[in-house]
Amino acid sequence: MFYKLNNKAIKNSLSEQVQEISAQNVFDCYQCGNCSSGCPVVDYMDISPNQVMRLAQFGAIQEILDSETIWICSTCLQCSSRCPKGIDVSKVMEAFRAINLRKRFSKVEPNKTQIQNIKETPPILLVSAMRKMTG
Amino acid sequence: MNLPYYPGCTLKANASHFEDSAIKAMEILGHQLVEMKDWVCCGTVFSQTDDDLMLHLASIRNLLRAKEQGFDELVTLCSMCYNTLNRSKAFIDSDPDNLKKVTDFMYRENIEYDQDIQVYHLFNILKDRIKYETIEKLVHNPLKSLRLGAYYGCLLVRPKEFAIDDFEEPTIIEDFLRILGAEAIDYPYKLECCGAYQTLTQKDVSVKRCYEILNSAKKANCDAIVTSCPLCAYNLDFLQKEIEKEYVGFVNIPVFYFTELLALALGHTWEASWSELHAVDPLPLLKDKQLI
Amino acid sequence: MKRIGVFICHCGVNIKDTVDVELLTEQLENYPGVVHIENYMFMCSDPGQNQIKAAIEENKLDGVVIAACSPTLHESTFQNVIEEMGINKYQLEIANIREQCSWVHNDKEEATRKANLIIKTALEKLRLNESLSPVSSPMTKRVMVIGGGIAGIQAALDIADGGYEVLLVEKKPSIGGHMIQLSETFPTLDCSQCILTPKMVQLAKHKNIKLYVNSEVEKVEGFVGNFTAKINRKPQYVNPDICTMCGDCIDNCPVVVPSEYDEGLSWRKAIYVPFPQAIPATFTIDTENCLGFDPIACGECRKACKPEAINYDKKPETFEEKIGAIILATGYDLYPVEKMAEYGYGKFPDVLNGLQFERILSATGPTGGKMLRPSDGKIPKEIVFIQCSGSRDPERHNSYCSKICCMYSLKHAKLYKHKVHDGQPYIFYIDIRSGGKRYEEFIQQAVSEDGVIYIRGKVAKIYKEDDKMIVHGMDTLTGKKIEIKADLVVLAQSMIPSEGVNKLIQNLKLSTDEHGFLNEAHPKLRPLESIQSGFYLTGAAQGPKDIPDSVAQASGAAAKVLALMSQQEIYHEPIIAWVDEEKCSGCGICISTCPYGARALNFDGIAEVNEVLCEGCGACISACPSSASQQRNLTDDQINNMIDIILQDNLENSLEKEDMI
Repeated sequence: MFYKLNNKAIKNSLSEQVQEISAQNVFDCYQCGNCSSGCPVVDYMDISPNQVMRLAQFGAIQEILDSETIWICSTCLQCSSRCPKGIDVSKVMEAFRAINLRKRFSKVEPNKTQIQNIKETPPILLVSAMRKMTG
Repeated sequence: MNLPYYPGCTLKANASHFEDSAIKAMEILGHQLVEMKDWVCCGTVFSQTDDDLMLHLASIRNLLRAKEQGFDELVTLCSMCYNTLNRSKAFIDSDPDNLKKVTDFMYRENIEYDQDIQVYHLFNILKDRIKYETIEKLVHNPLKSLRLGAYYGCLLVRPKEFAIDDFEEPTIIEDFLRILGAEAIDYPYKLECCGAYQTLTQKDVSVKRCYEILNSAKKANCDAIVTSCPLCAYNLDFLQKEIEKEYVGFVNIPVFYFTELLALALGHTWEASWSELHAVDPLPLLKDKQLI
Repeated sequence: MKRIGVFICHCGVNIKDTVDVELLTEQLENYPGVVHIENYMFMCSDPGQNQIKAAIEENKLDGVVIAACSPTLHESTFQNVIEEMGINKYQLEIANIREQCSWVHNDKEEATRKANLIIKTALEKLRLNESLSPVSSPMTKRVMVIGGGIAGIQAALDIADGGYEVLLVEKKPSIGGHMIQLSETFPTLDCSQCILTPKMVQLAKHKNIKLYVNSEVEKVEGFVGNFTAKINRKPQYVNPDICTMCGDCIDNCPVVVPSEYDEGLSWRKAIYVPFPQAIPATFTIDTENCLGFDPIACGECRKACKPEAINYDKKPETFEEKIGAIILATGYDLYPVEKMAEYGYGKFPDVLNGLQFERILSATGPTGGKMLRPSDGKIPKEIVFIQCSGSRDPERHNSYCSKICCMYSLKHAKLYKHKVHDGQPYIFYIDIRSGGKRYEEFIQQAVSEDGVIYIRGKVAKIYKEDDKMIVHGMDTLTGKKIEIKADLVVLAQSMIPSEGVNKLIQNLKLSTDEHGFLNEAHPKLRPLESIQSGFYLTGAAQGPKDIPDSVAQASGAAAKVLALMSQQEIYHEPIIAWVDEEKCSGCGICISTCPYGARALNFDGIAEVNEVLCEGCGACISACPSSASQQRNLTDDQINNMIDIILQDNLENSLEKEDMI
């Protein structure tokens, strides 16, 4: 596929929303790739974190919203701690999740999780997963 | 001395041995962990969104409750509670607008949130207040010949503004293990994410992460892993069943909470109830090293 | 009263489109003192200048106001014009109605009113201008170069060849700088030492060059043409006239310290020769590590020295030198690997910085030019180079690009391949910057012929596993995570101003950028000189730079200095402070305010101005509580008159508005 870039495509309302929710300027990114290099789960992602930043600069927000990447991200903050430009990449990731979740979208249905033994499962796991993945 | 203490959800459930060992160890050190009343869940994960204050209210209400009970500090054991309470507090405190909105919203509370309360991790207390040198003198059962890998995970060291030590090369846990008489082993994956809540949704991610972490520690010849986060502890310990299936030849390795080892080193007897909450039984190792 | 001519420039349409020049001409025609007024399309053009000359002659003008662009552009053009006509050049005032008026306004009526006021203030100032002549002082025809790296060497040689005496002051025991540590140089791969040592020898033998090694400049006083430098020289404990260079002292010295020349990859004794081709070629004693200064503790080298050339009792000496100009060539250091948290804080022996790798490549290095890694002496088969290590990282390290790393990392990879034919070099990069003659070709050839693999992405983490360095990176072009089990990693550490320069810069009151690199007077048009006259910049002290650029800048600065030295006297703008002795109370506030050290109290307790030192900044004038300090041609009277004109207009304007109401 190819991107038809123009002024309107780059500055759309969704990308404004991302900047507002995350309070990060995606245009600070100069694509050094450090976020992806250090990401512990990048091999499970369909779009790498630096590509997320690039797409966000293009305004191609919907593609990111539909990706698996934003749900694979476990907010370990490695990218944020190492970004040479001080971008909190994990906040950008959270913004994409938030846009989905605020539309009552849920990545996981509580009754369809991979829990085998509820007694053995700690509350910290249940609560954090539900907070991150249910709208 | 009394230390106001915030337990968090998991320390009252699957990680009750974490709490139990902490209380007992602190008693030996002459400090009482006093559980605050009426606490609620901190929300576990700190909300990274900049525009939704509601997600920080639980944390702020806990701080308000503590203040109400006359405390000006709170000690946590769980890395996640430490991180979430601290970051929520900083997020609200640093912005007058946020502060006003939150204060206005909580108008029916008995007192007003005045920001004047500090959140510490037990490691802060052990290192800076009680001091490692003092603890060292009280070690009666040194963990000799135990080769331990400190596992920091994410939330003790990130974001860097809230790190309890250097965020790339911390040594606070290793230093702690050394004063207990153990050998602290450095291994490259000590700051890598365990997969966290992916265990619920994408278990294969967590299984692989935990395998890599444990394998890295084992390559460095660790006998066991030491952590302070109930989620990390759960993943690293309980996912070993799955790791065994996925990675042929993987041999189990016990996962401890740092307080269990502290209590043991200070001369407290190892309790059977603690063992029950471990997936990989630590008793053979402890017996082998003649620590119990 | 002065007979003043006013010349209004259209500047094509730049002024005319926004300011009504015809109306201005009409309005100012009858202003007191104006005997001639005209407007023209380009006053700076030859016809424009001729019109001014004709008007001066015809109307016997003795003062001129040009209403045009900023005085930084054409003030000297018009000064020359009136000087040619026999008028003192300080009887010219520029009314800037372009940058400060037409370019920044849209409303023509308002802009015209503002232009009118700007011209009137210039007229008011001109009315009280004195005729001045430049301040002059004699020129000391000697130059001091601080720093003996390639930039300092080149500048010293060029000036000395021009026939002037040069003092070269070097902190270390030998000249040569970092260039002497390099193996080969990009993009030609000629041997660094082979091209540098002839220059070092030439310098040592040059009759016009005096070399002070182990020396530091403590203080510089005075002004351009007349500096006095205080130099501190560590003693030479070994008398070179007696020393036979036999080396017995080294054999008997019990102290072993890491070698600076080999960047810590080998060892040297406390008495040593920095490197084989060192200049001056003598033994030197490292006083910080030598035990011999306590005769009870050691003294082995003195005992071993048969010709008795060693004397511990010598003391450091401080002496003064008179010079006319100073060239700063203080060079660079590498950003410490110890600051790179993610790359192991310098704790891994097989993670090197670029200079250390140069030493491993070099025939005079710790491995004798064999490609062996420090930890176990094995030949590295997989080698990773990481660019931008500490550069382009405003969050944690340095925000700037260090400019030379792209080229030297590739040179490293290439030289490595020349030594290890079956080895594989990888270079992690973010962008490749190869703007230089034959630089791009150098890179392309390495990629297509030498098998250097470029990976676009920053390395997040390096750790040790068994005897390998595990490198975690990312290829952002494919979006794939990369893991390399490397035998050796080389970090292209960013360049920082050399250690200890901060102190020198503070002593000399020079300005630097936020990173500590010396500031040039103008980033485009005056790149070789400091804003403080008499100081010139060369090499990496001004910013990251490669050898060709450093040499070019050194020769350029030398040419600037030669031009300065060719003058018998040094001239200085006369727009400076003077003191009304009647009013001066001798409080001394001006002395503490003056940034140039130009103010002092004389024997009568009156504050004086050193006319050569004074830069006319005006700080003392605003600070003087009794208005005794005044600026020539910017006196309180002149400024008050200018303000009056503006206030008067404002008052009239507001009355007008009231009338309308």
